[in-house]
Amino acid sequence: MGVLSIPARRRIASALWTAAAALCACGVAAVLLLVLGYILREGFAALSPSFFVRLPRPVGVPGGGIGNGIVGSAITVAIAALMAFPAGIFVGIYAGVYAHRRLAQGLSFLADVLAGVPSIAIGIYAYILLVIPFRGFSAVSASFALAVLMMPLVIRTTEGALQGVPRELREAATALGATDYRVTGKVLLAAARPGIVTGLLLAVARITGETAPLLFTAFGNQFWEFDPTKPMAELPLQIFTYAISPYRDWHRQAWGGALVLIAAVFLLSLAARLSFRLLRRGAAEP
Amino acid sequence: MTSVQLDTPPAREAGRSPSAGPAPREKVSIRDLSFYYGSAQALHAVTVPLYDKCVTAFIGPSGCGKSTLLRVLNRIYELYPGQRATGEVLVDGENILRPGLDLNLLRARIGMVFQKPTPFPMSIFDNIAFGIRLYEKLPRSELADRVEGALRRAALWEEVRSKLKQSGQSLSGGQQQRLCIARAIAVEPEILLLDEPASALDPISTQRIEELVAELKSDYCVAIVTHNMQQAARSSDYTAFMYLGRLVEFDETEHIFTRPKEKRTEDYITGRFG
Repeated sequence: MGVLSIPARRRIASALWTAAAALCACGVAAVLLLVLGYILREGFAALSPSFFVRLPRPVGVPGGGIGNGIVGSAITVAIAALMAFPAGIFVGIYAGVYAHRRLAQGLSFLADVLAGVPSIAIGIYAYILLVIPFRGFSAVSASFALAVLMMPLVIRTTEGALQGVPRELREAATALGATDYRVTGKVLLAAARPGIVTGLLLAVARITGETAPLLFTAFGNQFWEFDPTKPMAELPLQIFTYAISPYRDWHRQAWGGALVLIAAVFLLSLAARLSFRLLRRGAAEP
Repeated sequence: MTSVQLDTPPAREAGRSPSAGPAPREKVSIRDLSFYYGSAQALHAVTVPLYDKCVTAFIGPSGCGKSTLLRVLNRIYELYPGQRATGEVLVDGENILRPGLDLNLLRARIGMVFQKPTPFPMSIFDNIAFGIRLYEKLPRSELADRVEGALRRAALWEEVRSKLKQSGQSLSGGQQQRLCIARAIAVEPEILLLDEPASALDPISTQRIEELVAELKSDYCVAIVTHNMQQAARSSDYTAFMYLGRLVEFDETEHIFTRPKEKRTEDYITGRFG
């Protein structure tokens, strides 16, 4: 023992902790890879060009697709984004620019609370607010539920992106005599744009796979439907229906649908990362 | 304890007269100015003048309140809650600390350049045009003339004339800082506040900024905060030495650097502390 033994002990401790961290990292990565690998293997078998464009077919009839679900999800999510983006961005701007104000702090706290509400509760809320009064399931009511789910994400990322703008930039614009409106509109938002756009795309990716709030809003549909005031097919709902059925060929369809859904979310996340880099570079270079 | 003379500027001596001719006019009178960050007092009853068409340098160790003083002059500190100033700051006789003053108009008259270059995330042209557009609606060609004039004034035009559409953030640090100076003077202020404008720059860029400051003083009342003693000695007409939130000594730069009245001033400029 003595002076020389201390470094040895530290080296061993360091090696142990590093190994523990690496093990945990591998464990997490392994879970993800197993899930992805399994879905890829099972889902790939269901894929064919017609799978993307055809309607579902009854049990026992081969060749059914999820075309109406893909279209329905796209419509529903697009309308949700149209609802959530403006409101969420404006609230986020207020919370980000006037961060020291009580109201702003309250709003951002409310956003956190809203983010913690279970999505099925928000689905019930949309059901009571939009489905019952209008006497019918509709894609719009589903969009509304998804918009409520997106709102806190949009608010928080917008707020965060604005607070990430160096305060010197704001001071410089204010020192020129610009009003808050100009400072925010011309300088702060321009500087925060990469972060905001990324946040919007991630919010879309996040709600694309939501299933619970669609159960009693969009309801699902076996046929093509493009009118958002009518019940509409949704990819996550189709997967749900297929997955809980007792039929082997429907299970296969569920795996295929899950693969398509994951691919869509993956592409959205990828787009978010790429757009962040591109926008940032666009701001720094010609 | 200070050697400030409020009513008359210090007598000038032959040889190094900052602006030959009549005695300079007191453009800004800071009187009894105290400043608080929450409950922490950063300035203690500072009284100091700024003369028109002269450069006044503020020197002193870090945390002595020189940047804080500058930030009071355009009331930029009001962006943050809990910061407040007491006393008087007269600009052409008008107290700019009075409540109800139009801050945007005040800031239009007082330009500021910060330690870190702050190009906006937009083109070089738009960086300059941003300020002009706040106050004037000019036809495109006239706006272009004004932008060119400001860039020429800031000795940047030749370097950027062929790439006005490029992002201002693509410029080098020294160029960015000159861009910020051009942006500040494009709105034609009366007073220029420079908060350590060259401390983040290389020696050559620093020299260019200093030359620029020397040139700008023919039109503006310039206040510059600097850590660099040589810079203060070279480029200013008056120097204020501050320490722990108090003004220790204010005089013509030549006096401060050759025969300071206060021991602490002498210690600081000779590098014995700070």
